[in-house]
Amino acid sequence: MNSPLTIKSPLAKSAKSAKNSRPIFDFHGGIHPPENKVQSNSTPIQTLALPPLLILPLNMHIGAPAKPIVNIGDRVLKGQKLADANGVVSVPVHAPTSGTITAIGPRAVQHPSGLDAPCIVLQPDGEDRWTERHPIHNWRECSPSTLITRIREAGVAGMGGAGFPSAVKVNLKQGTQIQQLVLNAVECEPYITADDLLMRERADDIVRGIHILQHLIKPHETLIGIEDNKPLAIAAMRAAIENAEKNNGGSIEVVVVPTKYPSGGEKQLIQLLTGKEVPSSGIPAQVGVVCQNIGTALAMYRAIAFGEPLISRITTITGDAVKQPGNVEVLIGTPVSHLLNHAGVSDDKLGRLIMGGPMMGFTLHALDIPVVKTSNCVIAASKEELPEPATEQPCIRCGSCAEVCPADLLPQQLYWYSKTSDLERAQQYNLMDCIECGACAYVCPSNIPLVQYYRFAKGEVRHQVAEQNKADKARERFEARQARIDKELAEKEARRQARLEASRQKALGQVDAKADASNNIDIKAIKAASLAASSAYKAAVKALKTAQAEEADASEVAALSAQVDQLKAAADQAKAAVRDAASAPTSSSGGASDTAAATQSDIHMKALKSAALEASSAYKTAVKAMKTAEENGDGNVAELRAHADTLKSTADAAKAAVRDANTGTAMPAPTSTIDPVETLKKAVLDASSAYKAAVKSVKEAELSDADNLAELRSEADVLKRKADQLKVDLRDAKAAAPNVVKESTTTEAATATQEHAPNTADPIAERAAKMKALKTAYNSANKIWKEANAALERGIREGAENIDERRAKVDLLKARAEGTRAELNELVDQAKAGIRASGSDLKSLKLEAARAESALGSKIKELEEAKKSADEERINVLYQERDMLKREAELAANALKSAVDEQGLSDV
Amino acid sequence: MALITVSSPHTTRKGNHTGAFMRQVLYATLPGIAVLTWLFGYGTLINLSFAVIVALLTEALVLKIRGRDIRFYLSDYSAVITAVLLAIAIPPTSPWWLTLVGVTFAIVIAKQLYGGLGMNPFNPAMVGYVLLLISFPAEMTRWVAPNEAHSFSTSLQLFFGHIGDVDALTGATPLDTWRTWAGNAEQLASHPILHGNVAGMGWEWVNLAFLLGGLYLIARGIITWHIPAGVLAGVLAMALPFWLIDDIRYGDPLFHLFSGATMLGAFFIATDPVSAATSRNGRLIFGFLIGVLVWVIRTFGGYPDAMAFAVLLLNLSAPTIDYYTQPRTYGHKAAKRGARK
Repeated sequence: MNSPLTIKSPLAKSAKSAKNSRPIFDFHGGIHPPENKVQSNSTPIQTLALPPLLILPLNMHIGAPAKPIVNIGDRVLKGQKLADANGVVSVPVHAPTSGTITAIGPRAVQHPSGLDAPCIVLQPDGEDRWTERHPIHNWRECSPSTLITRIREAGVAGMGGAGFPSAVKVNLKQGTQIQQLVLNAVECEPYITADDLLMRERADDIVRGIHILQHLIKPHETLIGIEDNKPLAIAAMRAAIENAEKNNGGSIEVVVVPTKYPSGGEKQLIQLLTGKEVPSSGIPAQVGVVCQNIGTALAMYRAIAFGEPLISRITTITGDAVKQPGNVEVLIGTPVSHLLNHAGVSDDKLGRLIMGGPMMGFTLHALDIPVVKTSNCVIAASKEELPEPATEQPCIRCGSCAEVCPADLLPQQLYWYSKTSDLERAQQYNLMDCIECGACAYVCPSNIPLVQYYRFAKGEVRHQVAEQNKADKARERFEARQARIDKELAEKEARRQARLEASRQKALGQVDAKADASNNIDIKAIKAASLAASSAYKAAVKALKTAQAEEADASEVAALSAQVDQLKAAADQAKAAVRDAASAPTSSSGGASDTAAATQSDIHMKALKSAALEASSAYKTAVKAMKTAEENGDGNVAELRAHADTLKSTADAAKAAVRDANTGTAMPAPTSTIDPVETLKKAVLDASSAYKAAVKSVKEAELSDADNLAELRSEADVLKRKADQLKVDLRDAKAAAPNVVKESTTTEAATATQEHAPNTADPIAERAAKMKALKTAYNSANKIWKEANAALERGIREGAENIDERRAKVDLLKARAEGTRAELNELVDQAKAGIRASGSDLKSLKLEAARAESALGSKIKELEEAKKSADEERINVLYQERDMLKREAELAANALKSAVDEQGLSDV
Repeated sequence: MALITVSSPHTTRKGNHTGAFMRQVLYATLPGIAVLTWLFGYGTLINLSFAVIVALLTEALVLKIRGRDIRFYLSDYSAVITAVLLAIAIPPTSPWWLTLVGVTFAIVIAKQLYGGLGMNPFNPAMVGYVLLLISFPAEMTRWVAPNEAHSFSTSLQLFFGHIGDVDALTGATPLDTWRTWAGNAEQLASHPILHGNVAGMGWEWVNLAFLLGGLYLIARGIITWHIPAGVLAGVLAMALPFWLIDDIRYGDPLFHLFSGATMLGAFFIATDPVSAATSRNGRLIFGFLIGVLVWVIRTFGGYPDAMAFAVLLLNLSAPTIDYYTQPRTYGHKAAKRGARK
């Protein structure tokens, strides 16, 4: 074995004399700790016997732990995937040898706090049988994405120490231009010689790996940074490159950097070689640089050219507590104890066990902790070599730490703020840019474990950020909920306002004086409602966008968009209401006296229009139903048709009313072309002829004593009632529009038509018409009954045969008359209540009262005449009729009076 | 097997601790102390020994009261440094009680009451010095004329206060003389004390000795060059233009640089890391402003020398200076200036 010095001296000269062709950009600070590399760099890489057990942590890399895809008891082959990558920033775990899975669960691992982590435990079977491998020989023809997938599937993660998934690092964003590919072979930490030996022994394979990297990211230049304390490695790499470049167009350059810790830090090496600085909290690709460890390049080459996943690595085993320090190729998952036994550890000397280098490594608390993908070194140090740290003394702000900080921080200030947990100030002093290299703690005269303080503070900051994110999310959720509630409230409010508005408008129609004021208030309220609705809509849109941006699940987005649509509709409605309301006062702003009238007519118009629309839509539905029925051959077609006809007439009437009203408001003198009176007349004629036919058939039936006499008679009654109603209608129409009938065009007539037309659409008017019809029906029924009764008495006197039968008929007739009467009374009461409630127009009330008076008067006259003729029965009947009429007249008078009183109006 | 589990790094620079730093500072004061003794007699050494004993005793007492590990904290030599710097600063003719008051105040009030080493906002030695200068101005300005060094017995008698007529044994310092006769060319020319080889007679050697010690500290990496360079540049920046304007009224730059406590202050007092600014640029500004203040107070103030006042005033400003002189961190476009809120 050569002594390290004899190897080093001649080559060191040659390495240093071989000047770099490019300038080296120094970085701030840095230290020169004792190198302690000679212990381990003088022997070739050795292979290790199969360990009795392999412990494979699921998280040997930065990112999410891998997901196990094997079960306890499974037999696995060498290179078989045991756990799959879980997410983008994650890599799979493979079996380093063939064997049986004996456990999946927490085991002691390399962890700063000595915590356990989930592992797969593999018991080797000693056969070391490979699974099927798929080498890619023609990788130069492969697309980068294929190779990147292979690298990812092979579980390659940064082997320099951080363990960042390599596939992620070389998978550049579209359009990223890389100037420099930097290969990190600096190995600046004391003790470690793994990369040194790897370069000496496997330089050709490393260069092939670099070629793959060049193929993947296409850099302008490729630089390998090696510290000048590795002359053999520098020579080996240069030779390999020269050898390879003969038949390769790419250019790889070895750049020798002066020995200084931490030149091997990614950011520091990039600065040394390129003079570029990686932006704070950014990545090297942002400045056109990709940096990879040479061990990683080799692992990529093995993964692609041999189809071998990352299942072993070179690890330095060194320290005063081992007899044969050196480098070994060790299977991932090998317990450190196996490694120590191989190197001949003396237990009584072992004081501190470090995985990684002495500057940034972690102390191990147990011997069965496994070697992982990032384990470049195991230091078994004696207590003399790395003694217990000295007691921490007060910081005297000497500034030595600031002098050596490679990130140009003020570690003394960071220490102060970290210690007092003043995280805001610590971040102000760029705490998060600390790379934890330990240079500050190395030079600290007060023995302050500075890095520990920074790690603590950084952890606290990350925790705070996580908490902040959580709080932000919660706040967003709360705000979305609040917006939803507000929107609902706004909708409710808008509806309420609309209702209020409607009732106000109604009131406005009757109350002249306060029209303008209330209108203004209404508009304000409506505007407010509209604003609320539109703001709710906007909030909802925002919430929707946020949800979309955050890629919330589809149902949530859909619900939100539906909500948005609803809100939009509501907002539009509210806007329309505002517009309507705004236009209303404009029309009524002319003068004080005609404001109310105009508003009232507006309201009427609106009501009429909506009634007309409703009626026509009802008609259309009915027609449709009828057609369907016809097609189906249903029996009730006739019925439906009748229904449709009725509806059509209603719709027509409504339309006509609208038209009338329109013309009425638009022009002072209407020219009503359609004459409702004529129609009515015709209808009356039809109805009365039908009635007469019916009466005739009844009489015939009476004569023939037919069974369906009662039926026929009732039919006749119905017809009669209809006819009577039509007659009444005709009379009303005539009374209402006498001038129209006469085809005269006076203003009074127009007013009358205008007044009357809306009334037809009024349910109260309908009721009045029905009341009249009932009255007539009652009168006729009463008359029939009396006649029948008289006939019956005559029959009794003359000793007719079928007295009983006739008496029953008479009773029936009487009951019918009484039923009609009861119905009529009910209607009268209703009308009274209705009048009281709605304050129906006074004119009709007056008319009603006048008609009742005149009817009463004529009845009294008739009674007087009947008294003279001294027909007792007739007199009785007349008395009854007179009483009824009297009551009716009283009711009408009372209704008129109460309406006048209630509405507080002077006599119109 | 008990494995040590600690945070990285696992190795530190050998022989690198606060005590070692402080010892280096003490070694660096030796040339200056030697020159002072050679020029002014044993008074300096007697006072220095007494001051160190007082400092260690009072420090131990306060540490005991505070419940701290006395041996551990005394071994950082910070109390010794305070005592030595104060003893160098006060005249060699000082009686024992003057030293006692100064050192006790420096250790107990200016240092320990603030929390001990690393926590004091002001340089303790200078706090003690200023207390004495304000309270006992007569005793504090009785310097010995150079080359009239007292014998050991005279020094002891002075130390114990057994000599009534102290004035006979003392003389004005070059700074004092200049202050008295500034603007008077005849008088200035007639005082030999103002005309040494480099600057004021005698004091030039004192300052050169401290410059030597200071350069040693820089060479050993105990202090950085920033504060001394700042102080000297500050003095120079003020003295040179004014001297060029009027060399009768204003002392020449060399006179200012090599008189009084300029070099002691620049290399040993202003560089006290605890109370000084800590960033590189901050230290330059800190030092420069001290230099400016020293010249201003010497020229226009009521005291012949001004190092103590200048240092204390800048101690007051150090946190603010640090706040605005953060270096540009790696990966950042610009240095942070103040807190962004």
